[in-house]
Formats: sequence, structure tokens, C-alpha cells
Amino acid sequence: MDQPFAIETRGLSKHFGDVRANDELSLIIPKGTVHGIVGENGAGKSTLLKMLFGFYRPDGGDILVRGEVVRFQNPMEAMGKGIGMVHQHFMLVEPFTILENIILGSEGGADLNAAKAKAREDLKELEEKFGFDLPFDEPVERLSVGVRQRAEILKALYRGAETLILDEPTAVLTPQETEQLFGLVRQLKAQGKTVLFVTHKLNEIMAVTDDVTVMRAGKVVAVRKTNETSAAELAELMVGAKVAREAARAETGEHKVRLSLNGVYASGDRGHTALTDISLEVHDGEVLGVAGVAGNGQTELLEVITGLRRLARGRIWYDGAVIADEKTTTDPITLRRMGVAHVAEDRLKTGVVESMSARENAILGYQREADFSRRGLLKLKEIAKRAAGYFESQDVRPRNPNLPISSFSGGNQQKLVIAREISRAPQLMIIGQPTRGVDIGAVTKIHDQITELRNAGKAILVVSADLDELLAISDRIAVMCEGEIVGTLKVEDSDEQTLGLMMAGEKRNAG
Amino acid sequence: MEFFADLTLLIDSTFRTATPLVLAGLAGLVAERSGIVDIGLEGKMLAAAFAAAAAAAVSGNPWVGMVAGVLASMFLALIHGYVSIAQRGNQIVSGMAINIAVAGLAPTLANFWFHQGGQTPLLGDEARFSAITLPFAERLSDVPVLGQLYTEIISGHNLVTYLTVLIIPAVAWMVYRTSFGLRLRAVGENPEAVDTAGISVTKLRYQAVLIGGLLCGLSGVVLSTGMGAAFIRDMSAGKGYLALAAMIFGRWKPVPTLLACLLFGFVDALQGRLQGENLPLIGEIPVQFTIMLPYVLTVIILAGFAGKMDAPKASGIPYEKDH
Amino acid sequence: MAGANKKLPLWAEAGLLPTLNLLAAFLVSGLVIWGLGEDPFLALSLLVDGAFGFQEAIGYTFYYATNFVFTGLAVSVAYHAGLFNIGGEGQAMLGGLGLTLAVFLVGDTSPFLAIGLAILGAAVFGAAWAFIPAWLQAKRGSHIVITTIMFNFIASALLAYLLVGPLQRPGGQMPESADFPAGVGLVHAHDLLAMMGMEFEQSPLNVSALIALACTFAVWFMLTRTRFGYELRVVGKNHSAARFAGIPVARMTIVAMMLSGALAGMMGLNEILGEQLRLIGNFTLGYGFVGIAVAFMGRNHPVGIVLAAILFGALYQGGAELAFEMPNITRDLIVMIQGLVILFAGAMEHLFRDPIERLFMRFRAREAA
Repeated sequence: MDQPFAIETRGLSKHFGDVRANDELSLIIPKGTVHGIVGENGAGKSTLLKMLFGFYRPDGGDILVRGEVVRFQNPMEAMGKGIGMVHQHFMLVEPFTILENIILGSEGGADLNAAKAKAREDLKELEEKFGFDLPFDEPVERLSVGVRQRAEILKALYRGAETLILDEPTAVLTPQETEQLFGLVRQLKAQGKTVLFVTHKLNEIMAVTDDVTVMRAGKVVAVRKTNETSAAELAELMVGAKVAREAARAETGEHKVRLSLNGVYASGDRGHTALTDISLEVHDGEVLGVAGVAGNGQTELLEVITGLRRLARGRIWYDGAVIADEKTTTDPITLRRMGVAHVAEDRLKTGVVESMSARENAILGYQREADFSRRGLLKLKEIAKRAAGYFESQDVRPRNPNLPISSFSGGNQQKLVIAREISRAPQLMIIGQPTRGVDIGAVTKIHDQITELRNAGKAILVVSADLDELLAISDRIAVMCEGEIVGTLKVEDSDEQTLGLMMAGEKRNAG
Repeated sequence: MEFFADLTLLIDSTFRTATPLVLAGLAGLVAERSGIVDIGLEGKMLAAAFAAAAAAAVSGNPWVGMVAGVLASMFLALIHGYVSIAQRGNQIVSGMAINIAVAGLAPTLANFWFHQGGQTPLLGDEARFSAITLPFAERLSDVPVLGQLYTEIISGHNLVTYLTVLIIPAVAWMVYRTSFGLRLRAVGENPEAVDTAGISVTKLRYQAVLIGGLLCGLSGVVLSTGMGAAFIRDMSAGKGYLALAAMIFGRWKPVPTLLACLLFGFVDALQGRLQGENLPLIGEIPVQFTIMLPYVLTVIILAGFAGKMDAPKASGIPYEKDH
Repeated sequence: MAGANKKLPLWAEAGLLPTLNLLAAFLVSGLVIWGLGEDPFLALSLLVDGAFGFQEAIGYTFYYATNFVFTGLAVSVAYHAGLFNIGGEGQAMLGGLGLTLAVFLVGDTSPFLAIGLAILGAAVFGAAWAFIPAWLQAKRGSHIVITTIMFNFIASALLAYLLVGPLQRPGGQMPESADFPAGVGLVHAHDLLAMMGMEFEQSPLNVSALIALACTFAVWFMLTRTRFGYELRVVGKNHSAARFAGIPVARMTIVAMMLSGALAGMMGLNEILGEQLRLIGNFTLGYGFVGIAVAFMGRNHPVGIVLAAILFGALYQGGAELAFEMPNITRDLIVMIQGLVILFAGAMEHLFRDPIERLFMRFRAREAA
């Protein structure tokens, strides 16, 4: 009766067309443990999770839950077997309250009010046991990411989850919120729950798991006891080769101010104040990193600098000339001509047109330049030649600029975008999320490229949600919280802990 | 006193003309709340009007007509559902296709069956939902004001209009007070959340379009067997589109949608009243201009109250699992 | 991403799939015809014969096709900019009005000037009628599908008013204008061919067919060869990327809709300046809506649109002959077939994609083995 394994898979496989997303995966997850799964983007973690949760059906192999072979047809059946999942993008209905979100799908009767009353009763016990304290009647859209995540976990527990799958749970959290999450995970384990912790951040694996499975290219490449391994070993296993060293940052000395913002205010899409009194400077030969939890004004900051959003107050100078104040906005085309390049943070939403070919995407934003059009006519030959050049210089694969950009991997798309943006030798680069959704090989290349540009005396502003990335490539790091810059630190003076406290709103000033 | 009589008449016909709009508006609301944009209300309304009139003409029974009308509309709803849900097609194209196909098919069939130039035979009172005189209406008509209001405005509508009075709270209750309603609102906002909660997005959306089909069917039924007494070519005259505009104006909520439909009903009643009337200062307004009124009003309302923010976030977007 | 090598060859993508969709629509139509007690195969042969069987029929087929090229291009240009213009009907009516006003303004002085001005009038009035919904969409976010539909109703009422009021033929009873002055009208194809020494039966086919072809080429050139076309397509696919690329989205929306309206308005050239030689009420007869079917059937490609327009021209002309021969079939049935074509070719374009792709995959696998 007492089967020690919460979940076991035997030879589990799933392919999409010719791609083997999961290839004969076998893993064992003992009950009452925290089990980590690491692997880089595209290693097949998500596919595995989706099969465990009944979202995909395996093409081969078995899933066993507590020793029993299961064939999930849908997530409902997985939940019936006590498997709960907290997705990377929360599965919450934003205008609904937490309570409504928790009962959605397991209302237990047609009368909604009765269902809510009953759920409120039932939730009390769970709240006490695991130490939740959530505002049940608040619409989710008004809550912070950390609270939303706890609501998701409670939702899974309410549905009787014995095993909880957490998919990249810390991607959007501040270090402090992450710490809180770890506390909750330990609490879950103490109460006998099993947790599957899926991430690509190795320090988290080291901090919170008992065992760890490493995946690469759809396969399990290693299983380790956490206390018998190291982050370095895991990194090597994940990538399959020694991690390449990043390009060295040369001494560039003091240079002139390329970009400066002074007392900038701006409203967000919902009419709220998104930026409050932002002042910053970016010098030539410098990378200024901007850190912060997503949604704290970084998007709007990128937009005001690149001419995509109006200022409510304040001023922006580029190379000593005002490019934006409350009355004027310089349009993106003029800015590009002035030497401001922009790598958009949301590549698929803004940086490329998905259904257009790579060739057509290669001129997006530069379509009015004399190289690409004359008297309103496109220079098709010139454009094709240029696109082919980008493919060569950045080693974009497959080497076919006529394919729609959506058929390239994230890394290849980003390489193409970067090639496009540096093609006109810009003096200032505004880069949002340089390596989001990019595989590890391409990450190194992109980081090297940013560093090379910096060494060549360009001014660079990088917004990233990844602190490790900012610490690796920045000279100074500004931290944003609730639309304000709470402080700017030299990279030598910053570490995750300090930056984390600042991301949560604590003011520092050292830079 | 003449003004008072005028006003009661106007309000009376407002209720009458608003009935099909309210039903279609609620139909659109249920469908859009589930994430399916339904520009095919017009075609479904027309199809139901034809089916109801034809069946009532043959059977001599308005109830048979109602069943036929509702079934016709639900059948089309199912097609739209299949295109939108299973085929992940363009929902606006699908809706327009249905509207155009019905505009052609209904008069063809009418002509084939009844040989009256694309119309159905005139229905006798027993074969349609004619005006119902409520109890005491005759007796109370002499009581000033309240009695008159009762007799003139509350009494004397067709059965479907009274049914609609019950349907409005029923739909509101369903949307806001039931578990089904919770799921319905959820699937229009975030279908993935619904899917991962173990509820079938497909089934839920089919249910929603079928409920929409039912309601829209009733709106067609009232057109040809309640307000009118036969199917006439193009008799929906854009009411399906007006209902959709009213629903947008009503921000996808039942009660505001009802109020918007009443406004449209009032304007329609007013335009009927203004025809051939000599107005002070302006003089007689050409009939073509009064006919324009509801359409112009729709444009003005959409211009003034563009409520894109309130639209269910997933409306019009096919749900794809592999993401 | 896994679908890269699943791509169908061009001939299957652009030829086979639309044909299958069309066949499906015809199959359902055939069932309806059979239900009406007529023989669908006989109906088909009557239809084909009625559309292509003799010179006059061919002339009529291309005459109708000319209307559909204009309205199909109109729908397509808007669609490339991400807009659904259902207002072709109303824009065509206003186009007819514009050209009529131009003719009455200068028709007595110079027929040539009148014709030139009429072409301009048709385009300008069509564009102007599209401008208001476009502006409301761009600046106020008003649902362009609904506003363009409302503008169809308003245009229809406006025309009805003018044609029983200020523009009515003096002393006339019908909702139509006075005849155009002599000599103001587009040359008929049979006259043109006669000038070149060829004999062709009389039909309403006229020079506007050539104007339509010129427009087709212009649209193709604009979309594929010009910066404006590139920017228009970017706006159509992704507003956020368009802003990123410095393209003024609102202005592009308005310009694209006005181009669309101008194309729809030019339909009046064929009907009014080519054939009727007077403005008549509701002369558009739903041709604006056929444009939707034509655009989707033609996969929104100019060449596809011409082919689809000829198909629908044949359907209209053949259908008219059919209605004459078969008592249970009326022109309404042709409207239904249109609806079905829109449904199958426009909304269910993926209906046969999966099975065909699977077929191709198997075929390729066998070839590779």
C-alpha cells in the first residue's frame, strides 16, 4: 500500500513532427521530497510537465502515480490523482477575485453563492495548515505577483493536490518573494506534500531541493542528490560542455553623457502613473542595467526613451539635444537616424512581425532608409542582400531568409533582431530583455556582443528581469520599483541580496 | 392630454420594437462572454423569422413556429460554433457568411414552398403570437394615469415580449449567480485558465453559442410571428447588428445592454412616429432620414463609447492548446 | 516551429486548397438545388453554358466580374491593413453618386472632361464614405465592422432620398436620375473591338474592365513593391511592431480604408458610367458583399482576386440564365451560394489543410524511402 514514489515515469516520450521533445524519460520522485528539474530553454521541461499534468498525451512510455500506471486524458484526471500545477504564466482570470479563481471548475453545485460560502469554510483549514493569508475578495488584477502565485498554490491544494508542480516559479519574483516561496515549499514538504520544482536557475535548486534531475535535449542526463552536487557540476551537465567565459570588459574610462533623463513622468496604458521623477544618465562606453520586478515601469521607461510613449513631465536629452519633453516626442524613425537603436523587450509582440519573412523583418524600422527604399519603392535586391548578410554574420539558422520569422527559434530571432539594430552603427542602444526565450548558446553570444559594443565606446541601456544577466554585463545597475528609480549601484557594489531589497522598494544611493 | 397619449403610445411601441433587440443582444452577450464574436446574429434572426413563419403557416400553430425558428437559429449557431471553435476560423467572416447565405436561402425556400415572391403567407391571429390583453385591462382603462398606463403600456403585448421580461433576469442570473456563468465569464477572459482547471473550453463555448442561438432564435420568432404576421425578405433590417452595437454600448453586461436596446427601441419607435409628421421649425422630415436614425445613433454611440477596454479579453481569438 | 517542413507547395496552397473549399461550397449548394426539386448537374451545365456558352454570355460574365474585381480589391486592401471593410456596398453607392454629380456638373461642356471627372468623383466619394468609419476606428476605436455596416444602411437611405428628391428625373416616378448627356459614358467592348475590326456580340462589358485590371496591377505593385505597401502590411499584422518601426498606425488605418473605399466607389464606373448611364437606387445589388467572398476566395492576392471575380461573374451571369430556365431557382440562390463560398473559402480555409498536409507528408516520406 505504502508506495514511496509520488511520481515515476518509464521511457516517457513525446515528439512534435520530427522534434523529439521528450525522449524516453525515466525519473523517480519519492514522496514527501522536493525534487528539482533543471535544463535550459528547449530541454523539454515544459513538455514533460504538460504530460504529467494531462495537457499532452505521451507518444510512448508510462506515467505512474503512487505506483499506479495512469493515462491522463485531461488535466481534470491529473488533478483527480492529486497532481496540481502552478504554471509559469498564472492561470488566473484577472477580473475574478481570488475566491472565484480558486473555485473555478470545482464549484460543486450550480449555485455560485453557495459554492463560494462553502469554499470559504473549506479554505480555513488549508490556510492554517500552510500559513496562507490571502485577500479572498480582491480581484486578482489588483494583486502583486507574489500574492497571485500563492493564490495559485492554494488553488491547487484546494483541489486536493498531493504533488505540486512549480514551473519556473521564481521568474517573476523579487529575491525576497522568492525567499517567501522557499519557506512555503519547505512548509509543504513538512506537511507531507511532494514538490516538483522546475527551473533553470541553479542557485534555487541548491537552496530548496532534495534531489535534482538534469535534462538536456529531451533526455535525462543526470540525477543527483542535491547535497552531493554543486551548481558548477549542474551547469556543465545542463549545457553539455564547459560554459563559455564571457568576453572581458575593457577599461573604457570616463566618457561623455550620451543619454540623460531628468525628472521624467509618464502615464501607463491604464492611465496610472507609470514613471515618477525618473532621472538617469548613460555614458558612452558604459552599460547601464535597469533591474526591477516586471511591471514596475521598465516597459514605460524603454518606451519614453525610444519615442513610443509621451512624457507627462520632464525632459530627455540625447547627445546634448532634447529629444522628448512634455510637448514633443521624437518619432522612432528620426531617433534611429540620430543613432538610437532599440531591441524591443517583447520580441514577438513588438520587435518582429511574426507572419512576415525574416527578410522583411530585417528592415523593420529601417524601411525608410535610403538603403532600402527610394522614392517610395522598395529596393528588393538590396534588402535580400542585407538579410542574407545578417544571417551570415550572426550565424542564424536555418539559413533561409524567406521563411516566416515565427519558424525560427527564439535565439535565432533575437540574433537577427540584434543584427538589424547594430547594422547602422548606433551610438546608443536601448535593449529590453536581451536574452528572454533565448537558448544558452545564443545567450553567451549576445552578452559578448553587448560587451563588445560597450568596449567600442557605445552607450547601452539594458532592461532585464534576470539579475544574473545584469550583474554579468552592466557597469552600473539602476533599480526600479513602482515607477521610481530607488537607487543606482556600481556593479562592484551590487549583489543579488542588495538589489533584491531595492526591487522591493528599499532606497539606496551609492552610484 | 394628447401629449400623454402620444407618449404612452411611444413607450408601448418601444417595448415592442425593443423585444427582438434585447433577445439578440443577450444572445450576443452570452456568445461574446465565452469568447465567440457573433456578427451572425442578423442571419440567425432572419433564419428564425423565416422558419417560424413558415412552420406556423403550415401548422397553424405559433408554438410549432417557435420551435422551428429556434431550431433553425441553433443550427446556424452550431455552424458558427464549429467554424470558430473546431476550425479556428475567422469569426467575423463566418458570421458574415451566415448572414449572406441566409439572406439568399430564406427567400429561395419561401418562394419554393409558398410561391409568394419570397414571402410566407400572412398568418391568421391563431397562428401567431398576437397581442395579449392582460386581466382587468379593459376595466382599468378608465382609471386615470395608472389604469391607462397598465392598459396601454403593460398590457397588449405578444407572448414573446412577456417571455423576454422573464428571460432578462434569467440570463443575468445565469451569468452572475451560477457556476456555469462563472465558467462562461472565465472562458472569455482566459480560456487557458479554464482548460487547466479541467473544464473543456470547447464544450463550454459550444454551450454558449447554442444558448445564443436559442435567444437569437426567439428574436426572429417575435419578428415574424409576434410583431409581424409573415416572413418578408430582409425583414431583420440590420437589427442583428444594432443588437451587437447595443451589447457593446452595454459593455457586455445584461442590464446596461437591456437599457441600450430600449434606447434603440425608442429611437425606432420615434422614427415610426415621425414619419409624415410636421415638426415645429423643421417641418416634415423626409422618411429616408427618419429611417436612418437608428443607424446614425449606432455610429454616434460607438464613436462616443468605444468600450474596447471592457470586451472579454479572449473574444474573437480561437483557443489553441499548443502554446 | 515543427511545421517548417510541413509547408505545402505553392500550387497546393494557392490552387488545390481554394479549389477544394470551392467544391465543398458547391456540394452544399448542389444539395440545396436538389432539395428544391431540380437536378444539380443539369443546373451546373446550364450555369456554365449560361456563363461561357456564347459571346454575349461571356461579355456579361466579364461585365459582372469587373464589379467584383473592384469590390474584391477594396476588401483586400483593407484586410491587408488589418481592417474588415464590410462597407463596400455603401462606398459603391456613394461612388455612383460622386460620378453622377461630376457628370451633371460638366457633362454638357465636354464629355471627355466629364468622364475624367466622373472617374475621380467615384473614387473620391467612395473614399470619403470610408473615411468616417476609418477615422472613428483609428481615433475612437469604434468597431469598424459595425460602423461600415451602418454606413451601408445610411448610404442606401441617402441615395433613396436623393433619387426621389433633388436628383430625380424631372417628371419621373422611379427612384432614378435623369439620363446622362449624350456621349458621356464608357466605350463598350463590342464597339472597341469593332473599331479594331473584330466582331463581338453586344454586351454591357466596357472599358471599366481595363480600369479594373489597371487597379489590380496597381494594388499588387503597391503591396509588394512599395514602402507604403510594406508599412500597410506591417500595420495590418501587428500594431505594436508598426509603432516600433515608426509607422503612424492611425494615419495608415485611415489611408488604407480610403483606398479601399475608392476602389469600391469605382465599381460605379462599370455599372453607372458603363451601362446604366443614369444613377439608379440600390444599383449595387449586394456586389459590395460579394467582394468579401472574392477577396477570401482569391486569398487576398490580386491575381487570385481577378480569378475569383471571374468565377463569381460566371456565377451571376450563369445564375441569371439558370433562374430563367429553372422555375424553382431564383437569383436569391446565387446569394446563398456566395454566402457558402465565403463560409468555406474565408472562414474554414483550414478545413482541408490537415488532411492534405498529411497526404503530402506521406507522399514525401515514401519518396524519401
